[in-house]
Amino acid sequence: MVTLGDYLIVSGILFVIGFAGVMLRRNLIIILMSLELMLNAANLSLVAFSRFRVGPTGLPDYNAQVFVFFIITVAAAEVAVGLAILVALYRARQTTDVKDISSLKF
Amino acid sequence: MSPFLFWIFALLTLIFGAAVVINRNPVASALSLVMSFLGLAALFMSLNAYFIGIIQVLVYAGAVMVLFLFIIMLLDLRAEEAHRINWVASAAGLAVALILLGQILSVVGHFKIAHTTFPTLPPTTIDDVRNVGASLFRNYNLPFQIVGVLVLVATIGVVLLSKREPR
Repeated sequence: MVTLGDYLIVSGILFVIGFAGVMLRRNLIIILMSLELMLNAANLSLVAFSRFRVGPTGLPDYNAQVFVFFIITVAAAEVAVGLAILVALYRARQTTDVKDISSLKF
Repeated sequence: MSPFLFWIFALLTLIFGAAVVINRNPVASALSLVMSFLGLAALFMSLNAYFIGIIQVLVYAGAVMVLFLFIIMLLDLRAEEAHRINWVASAAGLAVALILLGQILSVVGHFKIAHTTFPTLPPTTIDDVRNVGASLFRNYNLPFQIVGVLVLVATIGVVLLSKREPR
């Protein structure tokens, strides 16, 4: 049978893939996509815990699913703002490579 | 859900998730992300969270992906040419990621409850949307309205950011 730990391990590996994408890639669009992967990994573990913690009514704990709903909303807003910043940056510098954007680098 | 289906969808999610990071072409990355999100939506449904699975498909695989593909098309991003890789920096980044993976696996391994299976639900059909909605509007009414303001602010911010400034 599938245990809670299996879902947590899948969620952890997905988070690490997203983290590696943020650390290794230099294209800003790919970095934004990796951020989405990390947010979704957190969603998966929240839903797994929601299904695991059955309340007195015999139903899953819906507080976690409401939380996932909020995360999805905030992530959609974050992607919209991030991509708008990306477009503004591309207009100013004609690049999406983080190597070429180092004005604030110490 | 049978373990067989669980591992198929988990592998689908993880393999296409890795493909997002590995692909050089941004369009291929975006399409891999769609597949990864679809696998994740199947995992959500396997946990009886049908509402979350459906908004995962609608919001992520639908809206967010169209946004990503539009930006890739608008900026006309090509596949990156193979540039010289800074091996020291890449190895360090990979090492940090692998250390994080080791920590997560060891925490899950030592977590006693994680080795038990999920409790069974009552055999009646679960009214998922109704329960999430009731919880959302009864217990989380104020955060829901605040999120509405957040989305409004994001919309205005995007319009302001992408407006071309007059010279």
